Amino acid sequence: MKVQPPEVEEAAKELYVRALKLLPPDVKGGFERLSRTETDATARGILGVMVKNIAVAEATDNLLCQDTGIPIYNVAIGRGVEVDGVALKDAIRRGCERATREHPLRSSVVHPVTRKNEHTSCGRGVPVINFDFTGDPETLAIEMVPKGSGSENNSWLRMAIPAEGVAAVKAFVVDCVLDAGGRTCPPTIVGVGVGGTADLCVHLAKVAATRPLGTQCEDPEGAKLEAELTAAVNRLGVGPQGLGGDSTAFAVHVETAATHITMNPVAVNMQCHSARRARATFRPDGVTYGF
Amino acid sequence: MAHHEFTTPITEQQVRDLRVGDRVTLHGTLFGIRDATQIHMFDRGRTTRFDLRGHAVIHTAPNVRKVPPSPEHPAGYAPVCVGTTTSARMERFTKPLMLQYGVRLVIGKGGLGAASLDAFREHGGAYLAIIGGTAALETTWIEAIEDVDLDDLNPESLWRFRIRGFGPLLVGMDSHGASLYRDVDAAARARRSEVLAALGVKNN
Repeated sequence: MKVQPPEVEEAAKELYVRALKLLPPDVKGGFERLSRTETDATARGILGVMVKNIAVAEATDNLLCQDTGIPIYNVAIGRGVEVDGVALKDAIRRGCERATREHPLRSSVVHPVTRKNEHTSCGRGVPVINFDFTGDPETLAIEMVPKGSGSENNSWLRMAIPAEGVAAVKAFVVDCVLDAGGRTCPPTIVGVGVGGTADLCVHLAKVAATRPLGTQCEDPEGAKLEAELTAAVNRLGVGPQGLGGDSTAFAVHVETAATHITMNPVAVNMQCHSARRARATFRPDGVTYGF
Repeated sequence: MAHHEFTTPITEQQVRDLRVGDRVTLHGTLFGIRDATQIHMFDRGRTTRFDLRGHAVIHTAPNVRKVPPSPEHPAGYAPVCVGTTTSARMERFTKPLMLQYGVRLVIGKGGLGAASLDAFREHGGAYLAIIGGTAALETTWIEAIEDVDLDDLNPESLWRFRIRGFGPLLVGMDSHGASLYRDVDAAARARRSEVLAALGVKNN
């Protein structure tokens, strides 16, 4: 299967706008679940407003949140896909720029030193484009995540040591949730990276934070941590928006990687309640959109 | 818990009547302000032609569409999506906003800290919590972008919105030293040991 740059550009544009407007069904389901179990009256009211906002965004064809975020595109290339990688990257960037100009969207991206905004949602190294390969025949998938800053500003890495054990991982996650308080727009998906190198650990935390609700870590040890930590952080009482309640996190997601005998790294990256993402899948019969 | 309907600007007495847990709905004028706006106003000597005395500011940088100026869009901007950002980054600007510009109400998400709480108590102000991430709904409370200043900082310009039925917002911090955020944070930290013990984490 051959994938042409103009198709990718169109999809990159469509994906950015789509991600900003339509919340994935698993996240909507997460709200339903929390609304059923929340015992605090203020918190229930806040969850109700969040659910109402999802409906208003759909009814008015508007963005769920004003924060257009830092655009991230995750490209998964299957078997038998013929594509020019450089042209693919350029096409994604053009699509991202066009979404910003043509919708229009607020460009939330600035140079880190001069703070200059090019009003394109692009800049040095942005959009973030990640590549991976899958065994799916004749399939190319592009996932788009507009990562909001309220949650991204709540990111941490700790290079713990082996003598501290898994207890260091657990305590770190609890302390990050406490430190984030209401600033990260809870209820959140708390993404945790365990192991790897420093950069891999932080990347795993992002993968975990942007994984669909209801999915589990493939590593049984990670899945066990997910269950324990989800229950633990929801006993803290931070609640929606940091105003108290049971619904601090939809879930804690964990991703793991092997690490060095001398290392025990742990990273946390959070996703806000507007846990936005969209997906385009290219197959020989055309492009389909989903989550 | 009382529900207050305010048309801005408001008086010191009106803000002193607010208690945490009360609800407030605003009408009239609302000013949008953000990191860069305040960095330029308080660190780089920029000033605004707007009179902020007795007014409410909201921590925002909206999505807008450039349009020809008209009675409907006097500033040449149509609101697309107006939401609220995390307030904590702008903690150090609360006091000068109140002292130099006479601002009475700060609207944001996630709360402000001890210095802002002191400023609210000393000078008569309050923090109104909006539900972060609910910008589609918030946009329906905005009637128009009436004017804009410091627009070279766009989207972090100083925006003047005309609003109707903006809220209800929750009083998260009042002028009597009360803060829901401080109380929730203290209660959550008090549960830390118990939560860690249940996870099998010792010596914490």
